[in-house]
Amino acid sequence: MKIPLSWIREFAAIPEDLSLEVLENAFVSVGFEVEGIDLQGRDLKGPLVVGKVVAIEELTGNKKPIRYVELDCGEPKTRFVICGATNFSVGDLIVAALPGAVLPGDFSISARETYGKTSNGMICSAKELAISDDHSGIIVLPADCAKVGSDAIALLEINDVVVDVSVNPDRGYALSIRGLARELAASLGLKYQDPALKVDSKKFTNNKDGIQVCVEDKSALSIVYIRTISEFDANAATPLWMSRRIEKCGMRAISLAVDITNYVMLELGQPLHAFDAEKIDTSLVIRRAGDTKSMKTLDNQERKLDKDDLVVADKKSALALAGVMGGASSEVTDKTSKIALEAARFDPITIAKASRRHKLSSEASRRLERGVDPSLAEISSARGIALMIELGGAKYVGSSTSGEPKYAPIVSFDPNFVSKYLGTDVTPAEVEEKLKIVGCDVAKKSSSNWEIDPPSWRSDLLLAPDLVEEVARMIGYDRIPSTLPTGKSGAGLSPMQYRKRGVANFLAASGFSEVYNYPFVNPQFVAQLGFVGDRAKSFKIANPMSEEFPDLRTHLLPGLLLTAVRNQGRGAKDIALFEIGSVFRNTEKLQSQSVVGTDRVPDAATKEKIYKSVPNQPLHVGGVVAGKLASNSWNGKAQDFTWVEAIGFARSIIEETGNVSTTTNSDFAPWHPGRCAELRVDGKAVAHAGELHPRVITALGLPERSCAFVVVLSALEFPEIKKLQTLITMPAAIQDIALVVDQSVSSSDVELALRTGAGELLESITLFDRYDKLGDGKVSLAFTLVFRAADRTLTAEEVSQYRESAAASALKSCGATVRA
Amino acid sequence: MTLNVADVTEGVKSALAAIAGAKDLAELKIVKTEHLGDKSALSKASQALGKIAPEEKAQFGKIVGAAKVEVTAAFDAKSLELEIARDEKILSEERVDVSLPATKLPKGGLHPLTILTNEISDLFIGLGYRVAEGPELEAEWLNFDALNIPADHPARTMQDTFFIEPLDTKLVLRTHTSPVQIRTMLENKPPIYVICPGRTYRADELDATHTPVFSQVEGLVIDRGITMADLKGTLDYFAQKIFGPDVKTRLRPSFFPFTEPSAEVDFFFNGRWIEWGGCGMVNPKVLEVCGIDTSEFSGFAFGMGLERTLMVRHGITDMHDIVEGDVRFTRSFGFGGR
Repeated sequence: MKIPLSWIREFAAIPEDLSLEVLENAFVSVGFEVEGIDLQGRDLKGPLVVGKVVAIEELTGNKKPIRYVELDCGEPKTRFVICGATNFSVGDLIVAALPGAVLPGDFSISARETYGKTSNGMICSAKELAISDDHSGIIVLPADCAKVGSDAIALLEINDVVVDVSVNPDRGYALSIRGLARELAASLGLKYQDPALKVDSKKFTNNKDGIQVCVEDKSALSIVYIRTISEFDANAATPLWMSRRIEKCGMRAISLAVDITNYVMLELGQPLHAFDAEKIDTSLVIRRAGDTKSMKTLDNQERKLDKDDLVVADKKSALALAGVMGGASSEVTDKTSKIALEAARFDPITIAKASRRHKLSSEASRRLERGVDPSLAEISSARGIALMIELGGAKYVGSSTSGEPKYAPIVSFDPNFVSKYLGTDVTPAEVEEKLKIVGCDVAKKSSSNWEIDPPSWRSDLLLAPDLVEEVARMIGYDRIPSTLPTGKSGAGLSPMQYRKRGVANFLAASGFSEVYNYPFVNPQFVAQLGFVGDRAKSFKIANPMSEEFPDLRTHLLPGLLLTAVRNQGRGAKDIALFEIGSVFRNTEKLQSQSVVGTDRVPDAATKEKIYKSVPNQPLHVGGVVAGKLASNSWNGKAQDFTWVEAIGFARSIIEETGNVSTTTNSDFAPWHPGRCAELRVDGKAVAHAGELHPRVITALGLPERSCAFVVVLSALEFPEIKKLQTLITMPAAIQDIALVVDQSVSSSDVELALRTGAGELLESITLFDRYDKLGDGKVSLAFTLVFRAADRTLTAEEVSQYRESAAASALKSCGATVRA
Repeated sequence: MTLNVADVTEGVKSALAAIAGAKDLAELKIVKTEHLGDKSALSKASQALGKIAPEEKAQFGKIVGAAKVEVTAAFDAKSLELEIARDEKILSEERVDVSLPATKLPKGGLHPLTILTNEISDLFIGLGYRVAEGPELEAEWLNFDALNIPADHPARTMQDTFFIEPLDTKLVLRTHTSPVQIRTMLENKPPIYVICPGRTYRADELDATHTPVFSQVEGLVIDRGITMADLKGTLDYFAQKIFGPDVKTRLRPSFFPFTEPSAEVDFFFNGRWIEWGGCGMVNPKVLEVCGIDTSEFSGFAFGMGLERTLMVRHGITDMHDIVEGDVRFTRSFGFGGR
C-alpha cells in the first residue's frame, strides 16, 4: 500500500528530521517490507503558480487541437502560453509552470517560439508534475481554491514522501493509514492517535427513516451499517487535500461521493459503498445470489453470478457484488442527491471466493478478504456521511444496522512462554508493555496466567505463538541469540540417495553433462517421437505456463532431445547430456482425495487415502549422446559413441546398483527399431538403450546415429550386502575360442552357453572379436576364456577340456561351430 | 714365456687412452673388445701368468690384477658416462609440448544444483539431520491444508500453483518442499531433524531472476525445547558454510501460515543484505494435525531457493543459464567445485 508520510503524521508523531533509512528500517523491523520510497516533488523546481484562464484562442491548421491561452498569473501583465489540452475553459484555475521552472525529468521551462507564437510557460498536467499518472488533460483546480499567482507546489502539497509498504495477508488492518501509522509509531516508540477514536458515530442514531438493511445469510457477515443522507451536492468539488491524498495512495480522484468512500477506506481500512438511494428500494437485503443469474457491475460488465456469490439486493435485483464491486444500476452520478452508504464486515472467505470466481480483485475485496476490524462498520460509515455532510452539504436521514461485531476471543497466556519460545530473556513487564503497544488488553490472573484480549483489528491473534510473534516484533528480532541444535541420531544418506549420487558421478566422469529440464512437454512432440500407450499417458496441467507445453513428462527423452538441439544450435559439438528426474504417468487408478479436515490428526486409513491419491513417480536417469563423448583432436580421432556404448552405459548403471541384467532386442520408440536394447532384471524391463530412430534424428537435425539410454532407477532393487570370496592368487589359464553362428543368434546367448559349458573354474569371458563378412548369414565371435583354480595351477590338458566342453555347449544351444 | 711389465703398463696406458677417447657406446664396445677382450694385451698377460715361474707369480699377478681393475673401472665409468649422455640426448629429443590440450578425455559435469544440493545435504547430515524427499506431483492436502493454508485463504493465492486436470484429482505440482515435512511428521515421531531438497513449481514466467520450475531446500527440526534462537543459530551456521565464515544473517518479521512467529532471513554478503528465504517456529496448528504433542515439542522450519543461493554465491546474473541445460554452464563446475 502506498502511503504519504504527511497523512501518517496526522496520527503518529513522526519527527521532522526522520531519515529515510530509519523510516524504512522502522517498517521492516516490525514486518512490513518497503517496496519503494518516492520523494515526490524532489525533481520539481518552481515557479509553479495558480493561474486563471483569461482567454482561449484555438489555433487551426495543426494535426491536433492547439490552444493559445491568455493567463492571469497574479502578475502585472497577463501571459500567453501554448497548450495542447482542451479540458478547460475561460475562468478555470490551472497550474502554470513559469520560465525558470524545472519539471520532473529535468524538463526546464523557458519562453519559446512554437506554432508561430511565443509560449511564456506551460499549463501542467498531473503527470507532468509526477503527482499521478493522469495525462488525460491539464489540472483544473477547484474554483476559488486559491488566489491567482499563489504557489501551486504548496497548494497541491507536492512535496511529500510516499512509502510503498507491502502488507502480508495476515495483517489486513495495515491496509490503512490507521494501521500503518500505528505500526510505525510502535516501531519508533512514538505517540499515536487512533483516527477511529476521533469519529463520533453516536450522533447518527439508528432509525427507520433511511434505507433499511437485513441480512439473510448470517454466515456471510457479522455486521453491516447502511446510513442514508439526502440533498447531497454531487457536483461539489472534492477538496484538494482529499484528492491529493487519494492520488498519493495510488488511486484516482473521481467525484466527491466516490472520493469520500475511498478516502475513508484508505484512512481506516473499511471499504464503503455508496448507492444512489433513489435508484433502489427502501430496504436492502444481503443474501446469496441463489436464483439471481447475473448483474452488471460498475465496470459495465455483465457478470454471471454463482449461486454462492454474496449480493446486496433490493426486491427487484442484485445491486452489488458484495464486498467486491458495486452495480451499475445504482451507481452514484453527478445527478445523485440521496445516498445510502454501506459498510459491512463480510466473511473473508466469502469475499475471497467471489473475488477469485470473478477474477476481480478490487481495493475493497483485497481488504475484506484479509479481515476488516469489525468495529469499523459503525465508525467508518459515520465518518463517511459526516464528510458528505461537511463537503457536499448533505442532510442526515437515518441509519440501519444488522448483526453485531465479532471479535477474537480472549487468549490464556503465560508470559514466561515468550522467553522459552524465543530462546532469550524477555521480562513479564516487557511482554506486557509490548502486547499493550499492539493494542491488547492484559489481565493478570497470576504470574503465569494472563488473559490477553486482542484488539478489535487483530482477529489473527488466537494462540500463544501469535502473541509471541507480536512481542518479538516489538522487541526486535535482532534480540534473538544464535544457538545450534543438532540431531541425536543422524543416519546419513538413504540407499536411493547414494545410488543417485553414484550414477550422477559415474556419468559426469564419463563425459556427460547433467541438465535439469522442465518436466513440461508438448503432446504433439511426444507423439512425433513415437510414444504410445502407457508411455504416453500424461497428466495435463490445468493452468500451464504455455499452451505449447501443457503436459507433464512421461519420459526423460523429450526434454533431453530438445536440450541437445538447443546446445547444437548454440554451436556445441559432441553433446552428451544426462538427467536424473521423476516422470509422471497417468496409468494408475488413484484414490479420490475427498475433503479431509485439518481439525484432527488423520487416522491411518485417511493417511493411506491421501498417499494413494498421489501417483507413483518413478525416478529415471536418461542420457543422450549426439556425437562423441570426447571430441576429435590434434592427436587423433576420439572413440565413436554408438548403440554399443549406449547399451553399455545402461548396463553399467544397472551393474553399479548391484543388479544383473539381460539384454534383448526391442523396438521401442524413439529408438531405431533394429538397434534398441531392452535390459531386464528378474524379467522386468528396467532400461532401454541404443541408437535413436533415424526419423527422429532427421526431424531434430541431430548428428546421424545419435544415441540414448534410459534406466528406471527406482525399479532396481537394493541387493543384500555382498559377500566376497578371497581372491585366488594361483596363475590364470587363458583360452581363446572363435565360433561361427547365425547372425540371428545373439552374442549374449552364445556367451551364456559358453559360460554354462566351461564349468566352475571359468573366471571371466570376454568377446574380443566379431567378424561379419563370412557370408551366408554367418558371423564369427571370438571369446577369451580365463580359468583359475583356487588350489593348483591348471594344466594345459585340463583347460583345453573345459574349452571343448564350452564349445560343445555353444553348439548345442546356439548351433555354434568352432571356426577353423 | 715371460711377462713384460712394461707391456702391461703400456697396455693399461693405451687402454685408458682408448676408453677416454670413445665418443659413444658403440665405440666403447669396440674399445672393450680391443683392450679387455681375449686378444688384448691384458688378457694375454693373464694367460701368460699361468706359465711363469711360481715365485714370480705372486708379484706379476698383483701387477696384472691391478691393471685389470684399473682398466675395468675406467671402462665402467666411461660406460656409465656415455649411457647418461645417450639417455639425456634421447630424453631431450623426446621433449613434448605439454600445453597441448587433452581433448580426447571426455569432459562432463554435475549440474551446479546437484553439487549445491549435495553440499547442503552433507552439511546437515553432519548436524545429525536426515535427507527427506517426496513426490513433486503432490496432494493438495499435503501441500496446503495440512500447512494451515485453507482453501480460499489469501495465502493460497500467494503461491501461483500449477493444478492438474481434472481439478477434482486435487493434485498440484508442489509449490514448496513443505509437503515432505508433513509426510515426515505424519510418519515419524520426534525428535525430527530433516533437510528436504527438491524441485518445486510456481507459475512465474521465466526471466533473469524467476523460473516456474525451481529448487528449494527446507529444514525442519522438532524436538523438546526448540527455540527461535535455535533457528537463528542453524541459519547462521548454514549461511557461513555456504557463503563464507564471516557471513551474518538477519531475521525480519514476516508471515507464513505454517510458522508463528515467522521471519524472512537475509544474509549480508559483498556489502549488502540479500533476501535468502523464509523461516519460523512451526505453527502449533501444523504440529497438531501431524499428531505432534505441542505441550512437549516445539520446532522450527526454514526454506530457501537453491537457484538464488547459487546465483548469489557465483555471481550468476541470468536464470536462463541455470535452467536451459547449456553444457557450457554444467561443465564450468565439474564435480563439486565452488
